[in-house]
Amino acid sequence: MTGQRAVELAFREEAPAVLATLIRQVGDFDLAEDAVQDAFAAAVASWPRDGIPERPGAWITTTARRRAIDRLRRDRGLADRMAALQRLTEIDALRRDEEAALDAPAIGDDRLRLLFTCCHPALAMDARVALTLRALGGLTTAEVARALLVSEETMRRRLSRAKRKIAAAGIPYRVPGDEDLPKRLRGVLAVVYLIFNEGYAAAAGERLVRGELCAEAIRLGRLLVRLVPGDAETEGLLALMLLQDARREARVDEHGAYVALDEQDRSRWDAGRIAEGREALRRALERRAPGTYQLQAAIAALHCEAPDAAATDWPQIAALYGELARRAPSPVIEVNRAVAVAFAGGDGLAVLAPLLGDERLAEYQPLHAAHAELLRRAGDGARADAAYGRAIELSDNAVERAELERRQADVQADRSS
Amino acid sequence: MQYMLLLYDDPSAAPAPDSPEAAADFERWMTVTQEMQDAGVMVGGEALLGAETATTVRVREGDTLLSDGPFAETKEHLGGYYVLDVPDLDTACAWAAKLPNAPTGSIEVRPVMEIPAPT
Repeated sequence: MTGQRAVELAFREEAPAVLATLIRQVGDFDLAEDAVQDAFAAAVASWPRDGIPERPGAWITTTARRRAIDRLRRDRGLADRMAALQRLTEIDALRRDEEAALDAPAIGDDRLRLLFTCCHPALAMDARVALTLRALGGLTTAEVARALLVSEETMRRRLSRAKRKIAAAGIPYRVPGDEDLPKRLRGVLAVVYLIFNEGYAAAAGERLVRGELCAEAIRLGRLLVRLVPGDAETEGLLALMLLQDARREARVDEHGAYVALDEQDRSRWDAGRIAEGREALRRALERRAPGTYQLQAAIAALHCEAPDAAATDWPQIAALYGELARRAPSPVIEVNRAVAVAFAGGDGLAVLAPLLGDERLAEYQPLHAAHAELLRRAGDGARADAAYGRAIELSDNAVERAELERRQADVQADRSS
Repeated sequence: MQYMLLLYDDPSAAPAPDSPEAAADFERWMTVTQEMQDAGVMVGGEALLGAETATTVRVREGDTLLSDGPFAETKEHLGGYYVLDVPDLDTACAWAAKLPNAPTGSIEVRPVMEIPAPT
């Protein structure tokens, strides 16, 4: 491993925790970020020459704090400069063991505080996603930009606007009180799941999977389970992401083409992910506090347990979708329920009928794709052909479009033979 | 930190003046205002007369131009404001959520700019 690579790995691992602690100590997001960046530059210069320190995290913490002190001494414009400077200087004077004792219990709390700040509902959703990846995931601005398919300049502006709002509007840096905690935690889970989905099914662009985002979301999910123990939906979300991610590799064949669930090579599903996901789901269900993430995870678990598509427990999946629809009604869930009902031998087309009559869903691509699929299964080739046409028209994902075109061609071949 | 809470309402949804509903509404505003004063967070606040009483002023090329009505025609009108001194945005938003118009109208929460004292 080269020195440069070692520095990058250590930073990816350690920087979020160092950043979170430093933000608490200096009370300024930008200054803390700059100081951690300085520490990174210092490591690039010295580690390859002097060797990797025994405790990289402690090295980065100390270096970043001293750089923050330097910056505070230079930058006279900063509000509360003297108070922050005094705080940091006091901490810096502590012996290493005293400092470790001071920081140890706070490190987890700092990251949780930072997560609640980054996911604050007063920030725009795209800013919450970007900030969370940048501050908690340890991704560079360029990496966040790449992952979210925007230019680096756009991302830099988005991040700095969000950080400015945090400072100027007085968005607090703390874990919400008991009264607000459940709702705010739901908001954090929503951001994490959005990051996962952004990676799992990129709607625009050629690549079906941007796996780095999935891995990052799962890391955040594990962190949340550790920091907010005992919350069933937090465990449910982690289970859901693991069980979906287990199938990620199998969704694309060796030519990069999309493979539908019923045609996937199940030996390519990740057994480790499935085991961890099922364990997380088991713990969640034991808490007897059902919720939408747990329901979705239970559906994903049923798919993972079936040796093949035909042996899947479709009646149970249809029932779980029914419960989901009751708790959180949405066209997405109804479309999935219709497919499950059809696969369970019921009348899935009847479930779709009200959705197809809803004008607002006229351009909802998954509805038309599911409609085509169910018509094909029902042997109605002519209407299936038309529905595939509509779904293809509305698709903005090249890989998925190719698959729909293949299925439409099958239907057309059957009709002409 | 100081925040201004700008209160927006749809006047067509307001109860008729002198109706018992209007009296009850007034009572609710007085209660929450008292609560803010008791908590020591209230810096100021006023209710405004209706938007039909508004005059908009602009000076263009030295000319003072007046026009009837608020500067922007919207369904919800600015109906009043509070200025609160609270530690952070969460606290300001918690007060906003307690206001009687929160279930029907909207409240915009804006930090007040701090002008450094001359040295």
